[in-house]
Amino acid sequence: MNLTRRTTLLGLSALTFGARGKFALADAPGDKRFVVVLLRGALDGMSAVVPYGDANLASLRPQLIPPAPGQRGGMYDLGGFYGLNPSLPGIYAMYQAGQALPIHAVAGPYRTRSHFEAQDLLQLGLVEETSSINSGWLNRALLELPADPGSTPRGLAAGIGTPLLMQGPARIGAYAPDHFAIPSPDLYARIVALNAHDPLLGPAITQGLAAAAFDKSVMSDDAPNAPGDAPKYAGGFPALATAVGELLAAPGGPRVAAFQLEGWDTHGNQVGGLKTPLSGLDTGLTNLQAALGPAWAQTTVLVMTEFGRTAAMNGTKGTDHGTATAAFVLGGAVNGGQVRATWPGLAQNQLFENRDLAPTLDIRSVAKGALAAHLGLGQAALARVFPGSEDAAPMGGMIRTA
Amino acid sequence: MVALAPRLLRQSGGFGNPAPSVACPAQRPARRPALRFATPYYAVLGYTDHMEKSAAQAAIRFGFGLAPNDEAVADPVAALKAQLQGPDPGLASGQFAGLPTGGQAVDALRADELQRKAILSQGLDLKGNFHPQTAELLKADTAAQLAWAISTPASFRERLVWFWANHFSTSIQQNQCGGLIGPMLREAIRPNVTGNFTDMVLAVERHPAMLRYLDNFVSIGPDSRLGQRTHRGLNENLGRECMELHTCSLAAGYTQTDVTNMAKILTGWGIGLSTAGADATGFKYYPNWHEPGPQIVMGQRFDGGEQAGIDALTFLSTYPTTYRFIAQKLVTYFVADHPPPSAVNHIAGVLRDTQGDLGAASAALVDLPQAWVPGRKLKTPFDYVVSALRALPPPPDQPPVNPAGAMAGLGQPLWSAPLPNGWPDQAAAWDGSAAILARVNFAYGYTGRFGDRADGPQPMDVAHAVLGPLLRPATASAIANAGSRREALTLLLTAPEFQRR
Repeated sequence: MNLTRRTTLLGLSALTFGARGKFALADAPGDKRFVVVLLRGALDGMSAVVPYGDANLASLRPQLIPPAPGQRGGMYDLGGFYGLNPSLPGIYAMYQAGQALPIHAVAGPYRTRSHFEAQDLLQLGLVEETSSINSGWLNRALLELPADPGSTPRGLAAGIGTPLLMQGPARIGAYAPDHFAIPSPDLYARIVALNAHDPLLGPAITQGLAAAAFDKSVMSDDAPNAPGDAPKYAGGFPALATAVGELLAAPGGPRVAAFQLEGWDTHGNQVGGLKTPLSGLDTGLTNLQAALGPAWAQTTVLVMTEFGRTAAMNGTKGTDHGTATAAFVLGGAVNGGQVRATWPGLAQNQLFENRDLAPTLDIRSVAKGALAAHLGLGQAALARVFPGSEDAAPMGGMIRTA
Repeated sequence: MVALAPRLLRQSGGFGNPAPSVACPAQRPARRPALRFATPYYAVLGYTDHMEKSAAQAAIRFGFGLAPNDEAVADPVAALKAQLQGPDPGLASGQFAGLPTGGQAVDALRADELQRKAILSQGLDLKGNFHPQTAELLKADTAAQLAWAISTPASFRERLVWFWANHFSTSIQQNQCGGLIGPMLREAIRPNVTGNFTDMVLAVERHPAMLRYLDNFVSIGPDSRLGQRTHRGLNENLGRECMELHTCSLAAGYTQTDVTNMAKILTGWGIGLSTAGADATGFKYYPNWHEPGPQIVMGQRFDGGEQAGIDALTFLSTYPTTYRFIAQKLVTYFVADHPPPSAVNHIAGVLRDTQGDLGAASAALVDLPQAWVPGRKLKTPFDYVVSALRALPPPPDQPPVNPAGAMAGLGQPLWSAPLPNGWPDQAAAWDGSAAILARVNFAYGYTGRFGDRADGPQPMDVAHAVLGPLLRPATASAIANAGSRREALTLLLTAPEFQRR
């Protein structure tokens, strides 16, 4: 059976999945928000969360380490061994509030240094590609949640382009800021009719219109922009995060969202090259928190990347493709204010293949831990979301239970 | 008709310290199987004849679609193949005259650096004072190359140019490549689109656009004379991607050592000013940066020097998995998102038998029966904008259109793919509801230019001219009953048979 998003949209598979949805209904709280931020291009985990307490770090990458905590422009200290990159003040504020959980030496279950293969596998939630699974794990997680209560799909792809993470049989919406002139409702209706029988374009246009109308209703309380103001959602992750945060906060709005950010493939001059993407990430996450308002308490955000980078600096003050890296779990209920890692060490014989930070944690454990503790997915549901992940037990203690 | 992926001979990576070394897979699995339609598109839309060998189908499937004034073609197959003969029509047209060579763009980039430093050393603000030449070059090249794509009489040949430019993706967003990409298209891509693949690989990997984009211009052999003196070293970006993305792909089963050795082989391939002995494209070989040989890549030994890079790239570009890899990409681009394996096998066979003759492979694409089934592909934003402007050229008395701006608004800014694997061309990447709605809104915005002027394009005439037999009765009826010319043209550009290829 190869059910597709299209057939689902056409209503052909609603019954098949309805049954499973009912089981989940019993214990999945409907107001939890779950956001995944995918960093495409391989974030250097040891620049984001710097293991400055490891004696081997300085000799491996002398020119890539930010100034020590307490110095001007220095790292934010995370408990004496790790330091947070100085371009991440917003995440540090969350850390201080106990709402940010940096995780280190984490990697996907695959061992490829190809961006493209690794990004696919990270999003598919698989060790290797198979012909039987072609949906993203976040889409499969949506199938385990209660059926969409209204016309708004529970899942939302933020920005133009649907990441593989979100592709699959569960219905999803999309939000991207609009830059173009808008046809009249009547013309829209005729365009919808013209595309009605197209299995791809028909549903896409209908859904796009529904999302746009929904967006307008959310925005209607806003003061109108003064003439000459820049458009409110001009683009970029910070602006998109605000807009999507407002959608997620609204009653009856989407509850699960995915973003994809680029700019992490720092082969050269990495210190300068990481500033803009890290600041953008930090501002966007801060904006997301602000836009969610009280709903932040019900929100968990997972920030992840396809792999890490070489432990040693390369010949051009950058790093090449590596293995383990850092991830972040953020949110109002997250058991943060600490770094979770089994640190593998950076001595030559401790590195993976003599070059990369060795992985001691599977990213699927992190994702499964969040899905279990935050969205209430049980063991069977987790096995459907991450098939073949028996080795990667859900990480415990990620969400405060009190 | 879903390809069954061969199982990967690979273990899970394992966690612990240190983790075991795992070799690359012996064979790359086929891509994810198709998200198939419940009912074939052509049946849904009322096409009864699966094969549609019309001039409209030829132009839409292989090129950027028909323009209203295109001449009638009696034999669409022969006409497509005729486009593969002779030199690149864009270069031959003279429309790119006056645009810079790679060498001139490299010199301009250096002049910009000097200008910038001079302004800063005088304590002045860059804003208002800094006028980089390379920004002007990029602007001119963007305008010229898009204008040619929209107006060319040989749009199959032109789509091949953009296919290869995306295969060898570079980005204006990185490493100040902006002024260099136009020259790369003109110097490395266009001359080789119907030539030999090895020649294209060699021209691209030596081009300053690629050398900058994938960092090779600063990669230095650790044991080279400069490396010994300065302790600068390798950057393996180009070494890896020329294998994975440009030639043999992961299916070749190479190791990290092969990648590192390839990067060593390419050390010394750099960029130089015209006054410093660089060639016309701006390429310069620096023996003092080159890691002394020999190096082994996939069991093959390369002795060192500039020739080692040429030999290694020749080896990679003729490797058996290379032909399969580029055949898969070509057939996906021209035939279907998840093409039948027999079609891929056929094109791979042509490439193998001709040792990489891209003209022969392109002609073989035209002969694939599957390529003549209408509507299998969704146009990318690039294709959509170019074909819309081709079908509806803007009225001459209005401000010029900005196709690059429209592409950016639809999610595919020109020469800005975020990663070196270029833009995807499969529907799943572009069919999000926000993206499709943006197309609809673009169509409405653009057709506003035509107002309801009596001398403007007649929507029904345009529809018949650009869609021919692919125009559905439902679309014709919607156009006929539209409330205004603008609305009628919007309906034409948003109809499924226009959004698809």
